[in-house]
Amino acid sequence: MSTATPSTLREGWSVIGRGIRGQPRWFGLAVVGSVVYGIMTSLTAAAIGFVVDRAVTPAIAARSVTAGQLWFIGGVMSAVVLTTILGVIGRRLAGGVAMFNLGAMYRRQVTRQYLRLPLSWHHKHPSGQLLSNANADVEATWNIFGPLPMALGVVVMLVFGVLQMLIVDPWLAVVGLTVFPMLFVANIAFQRAMSPRVTRAQQLRADVSEVAHESFEAALIVKSLGREDHEAERFRAVTHELRDANIEVGRTRGRFDPAIEAIPTIGTLAVLFVGTLRVRSGLLSPAEVVQIAYLFSILAFPVRALGWVLAELPRAVVGWKRISAVLDAEGSMAYGPRRLPTGTASHLQAESLSYAYEIETEQGDADLNPAVVDVSLDIAPGSTVALVGPTGSGKSTLTNLMMRLVDPDTGAVLVDGIDLRQVRQGGVSEVAALVAQQTFMFDDSVRGNITLGLDHDDDAVWRSLDVAQGAGFVGDLRDGLDTHVGERGASLSGGQRQRIALARAVIREPQLLILDDATSAVDPSVEQAILSRLREASTGTTVLVVAYRMATILLADEVVYLEEGRVIDHGSHEQLLSRCVGYERLVTAYARESAERDAIAADEEVSR
Amino acid sequence: MSMRGQPIVEHHGIASGTEMSTWATLKRGFVLSPELKKGIWVTVALAVLSTLGRVLVPFVVQRITDEGLLADGGPDLGSVAMYIGVALGGVVVTAFSAYFVNIRLFQASENGLATLRTKAFRHIHDLAMLTQNTERRGSLVSRVTSDVDTISTFVQFGGLMLLINVAQITLATVLMVVYSPLLGLVVWVCFVPLFVIIRKFQGIVGRAYTRVRERVGDMLGAVSEAVVGAQAIRAYGVEERTAQRIDAAVEAHRKAAIGAQARSVIAFTSGQLVSGMTTAVVLVVGTVLAARGSLTLGELLAFLFLVNLFTQPVQQATEILNEMQNAVAGWRRVIGIIDTEADVADPGDRGVTLPRGPITVQFNGVGFAYPGGDPVLHDIDLTIAPRSRVAIVGETGSGKSTLAKLLTRLMDPTTGTVQLDGVDLDSIRFSTLRSRVVLVPQEGFLFDGTLLDNVRFGRPEATEDDVRLTLTELGLDPWVATLPLGLATDVGQRGESLSAGERQLVALARAYLADPDLLVLDEATSAVDPSTEVRLQRALDSLTRGRTSIAIAHRLSTAQAADEVIVVDAGRIVERGHHTDLVRLGGVYAGLHDSWVAQQTTV
Repeated sequence: MSTATPSTLREGWSVIGRGIRGQPRWFGLAVVGSVVYGIMTSLTAAAIGFVVDRAVTPAIAARSVTAGQLWFIGGVMSAVVLTTILGVIGRRLAGGVAMFNLGAMYRRQVTRQYLRLPLSWHHKHPSGQLLSNANADVEATWNIFGPLPMALGVVVMLVFGVLQMLIVDPWLAVVGLTVFPMLFVANIAFQRAMSPRVTRAQQLRADVSEVAHESFEAALIVKSLGREDHEAERFRAVTHELRDANIEVGRTRGRFDPAIEAIPTIGTLAVLFVGTLRVRSGLLSPAEVVQIAYLFSILAFPVRALGWVLAELPRAVVGWKRISAVLDAEGSMAYGPRRLPTGTASHLQAESLSYAYEIETEQGDADLNPAVVDVSLDIAPGSTVALVGPTGSGKSTLTNLMMRLVDPDTGAVLVDGIDLRQVRQGGVSEVAALVAQQTFMFDDSVRGNITLGLDHDDDAVWRSLDVAQGAGFVGDLRDGLDTHVGERGASLSGGQRQRIALARAVIREPQLLILDDATSAVDPSVEQAILSRLREASTGTTVLVVAYRMATILLADEVVYLEEGRVIDHGSHEQLLSRCVGYERLVTAYARESAERDAIAADEEVSR
Repeated sequence: MSMRGQPIVEHHGIASGTEMSTWATLKRGFVLSPELKKGIWVTVALAVLSTLGRVLVPFVVQRITDEGLLADGGPDLGSVAMYIGVALGGVVVTAFSAYFVNIRLFQASENGLATLRTKAFRHIHDLAMLTQNTERRGSLVSRVTSDVDTISTFVQFGGLMLLINVAQITLATVLMVVYSPLLGLVVWVCFVPLFVIIRKFQGIVGRAYTRVRERVGDMLGAVSEAVVGAQAIRAYGVEERTAQRIDAAVEAHRKAAIGAQARSVIAFTSGQLVSGMTTAVVLVVGTVLAARGSLTLGELLAFLFLVNLFTQPVQQATEILNEMQNAVAGWRRVIGIIDTEADVADPGDRGVTLPRGPITVQFNGVGFAYPGGDPVLHDIDLTIAPRSRVAIVGETGSGKSTLAKLLTRLMDPTTGTVQLDGVDLDSIRFSTLRSRVVLVPQEGFLFDGTLLDNVRFGRPEATEDDVRLTLTELGLDPWVATLPLGLATDVGQRGESLSAGERQLVALARAYLADPDLLVLDEATSAVDPSTEVRLQRALDSLTRGRTSIAIAHRLSTAQAADEVIVVDAGRIVERGHHTDLVRLGGVYAGLHDSWVAQQTTV
């Protein structure tokens, strides 16, 4: 948690500097507007004094007023007002544009980083946190550009005010010169007291959001287990913490606000007192005293803008720290210059691949949990290989390595003899397609989800849907291919999402197709149809398929059996069946079960 | 879930209450957060006191000028000192009352908004599943977070300041009229057009802020794809396309935000323009009056102070009214969700509490259609005997999942009734319904925490030993042993550190530990390997004896083990009976079974 140490101020200035460099023109315009506003506001009193002196007093003395005098009064005052307002518009509008431009700019940068950083980085960062980096933290960082131009204008205003006082009377200037630093000191003290409290409130705000996010995503589970009260209690607890933190912020503000407000008023009174003394000594005219007193009353409010900037500073610094953690994140994948050969089925090789996930032990230390251990494979072009293994044996991790979604800790993946790490960015997905176990749908139309922006006509889309056995249900949708699938495809069933995901892979006519249990949510008959159509459609394709079902396995030329991340055996289905116990138990589980059930049923019938 | 005829949900499905007027919104808001009104009159009294102090100061300054500085025969130090003393008193009173006002306001508003947040949160969970699905999750989150935050600034300062401003405007008007009725009139004549403009701008600014709030939701949706869809995006190399989609959403938000800013700047500066021009007009008219001798120069200058006293609160009020539109936009969205009817509602105290024990399930003429869609279930009549193990099978889209959702009351049937032990489902209290009937969906969501905490989510009072026993009973010990930290293994957010099959194992253990009398499994083991599934099946067979269990499955091994198989096709029950009998029957089930067997055969 950061407090308003001098380093917060320094870091704050560096954030501000970065923002100014990002939007120099709009920010410059806002500052010009603000300076105009500042000068004109502090000149308002002088302008009134000026017209009173030049027009009002002579008119009263003459007991008659000329049209010229009235035009003069109206003209001078209108000019002051209009210029002031131009300044305000410039300040607020240009300031707003600068602020929102910065927000948009950094949102783009942060999300580019999300797209650039490797999957392993994503695994380590909760998505709730990444969402708030792109939203709340960006906002917190650049919000300071709201009051900032105003504050800079106020500084100019103060300099002008002091100058005016100096011109009128040095003694009154001394009063001013003591009041303004007092204000500054009070504001600094205010900012120091606020900083830790505001930071804490900001953190709790993120916590509230995280609880809500998780709880709403789990809505179905919460409902079906009847845990609404429990979830409401969890949310209430964190909400009340936020409430207490906010009240603490309010308490601090309550203490400082009235004091900061009182200082300029006390200044006005001091001016009047000192002024009276000076008038008695005949060194000053009453009008001059009134003018300075008026100046004080006008400056009192804008000066608080300085306080706002200082109060925003800790939030900006905290926000920036969170953003820059993303922007500075290292470990992006390095890409080579090479392309993978196209036109023929790929030759896929794995050379002693190992991969371990980083985990945290109960003591909070980092540890490694090996998922793939020393795996070597050689998959001939055009062949189909089934990857079989019990739940949690590292099959999905292996498919991720094959697509270079993650890089192995040791070993290499080669496609047509080329190490995937030497392939240029986007080069792997040009030839290979992965249908993951858990499909991801974009908030887009069915068509958009299949083409993903590639230039395919509707015929091609329907053909691929046909292979994936999805043409039927898509045809039944109200808007066909134009139907929007909703967030994460919420309006579709699991089986429908899987078939769209399959069509997405099929339409690309990949040379290497990796299916990670991609038909788990469809019926046996549909799966059967998908697999036979895939076999017809994918003659020039090397297929790696993670499978449990015998029918799928039987489509394969070779089977690789995995246990706890290691290749236990590989060969034809018959070979493995005869020599690999684990494999035999796994793939014949249903058949054995079925046979036993049949036997029991037969027994029962006999005994009946 | 079947898609036949189901309309695709639209975003922003739950009312944002845009049709609700500002006044109605504020009124409803105060009802929902009673803390806002608690002790409000003491706060108002203190606020008036602090305003009086604020008004006193310029007034005294004017007196000092008139009676002290400009006194006949030179400045009168005595009266200046006296007035300064009075003014200092005013400053002290203002400071102290402002301090208490601040604290009282923060307490009232934060308490009130915390209540609003928790009410909205709870209500979102009470909403029917279908209603929940009409809105993006991120948008639901914003209703209990940023929407409420936009209210807070307004309730903490704006609302009361508005009252104070009105008080100050009134007071200033009275003083102006006392000084010079004519100039008072001049000031008001100048301001009338402003009041008209402000009214007009309220709607414009309000709509602009509503747009901003909607764009924020879109933007979050787009960004979340880059985060949640990280794997798919990389697998298909669509980083650039995703970036463009995000850019479009970011740009739409930027434009909306600048648009709202521009509108509020115009509204605000029109107030400043009128204020400034009023000063000019007062000077002009005042000079005429002074020249005619009906006003002294001192009185004219004093009047300018009063004009300032009048214009400042008017300007502030314009600003607050803009801010209020922002707050009301947020408030409307929160109220919109709280006032959305929870149509699959808990009967609560009026409801029936079922005793524990095996459950009989009955469907009487049940039909179901998704809102605005064609029926997906027709005229289902079905009785499931207590203690029986039933498998529901059918092709994808046949309506079997819909059956599961109806019998766990995640949805209510369009026609007919579902009964448990002869009691209509919709008159059973949720407290008993949810503890006695548990559904395990295909994608069981896991919370970011340890395996232990996830398994006991349905029964938090369960001890670690209870959890161990459950896992042992389900035959999952060997699996737990492969996890790096056993029960203490962190499953990651959404359980992503585990594989899909492993997540299903946890979800199943979680439901089993909750100890329901009726267990409904909706493709709950679809991603688990065959031998684990068979083991699990056997374990469940013996464990669920004495209770009723219903399994929806496309792996027919489950059906074979069941006491009875119910075959659903195109929304109707077409066959039911024991596996062996159905295979012999040679109908729909026999067809399904053939293709299943074909998949399992070795040759």
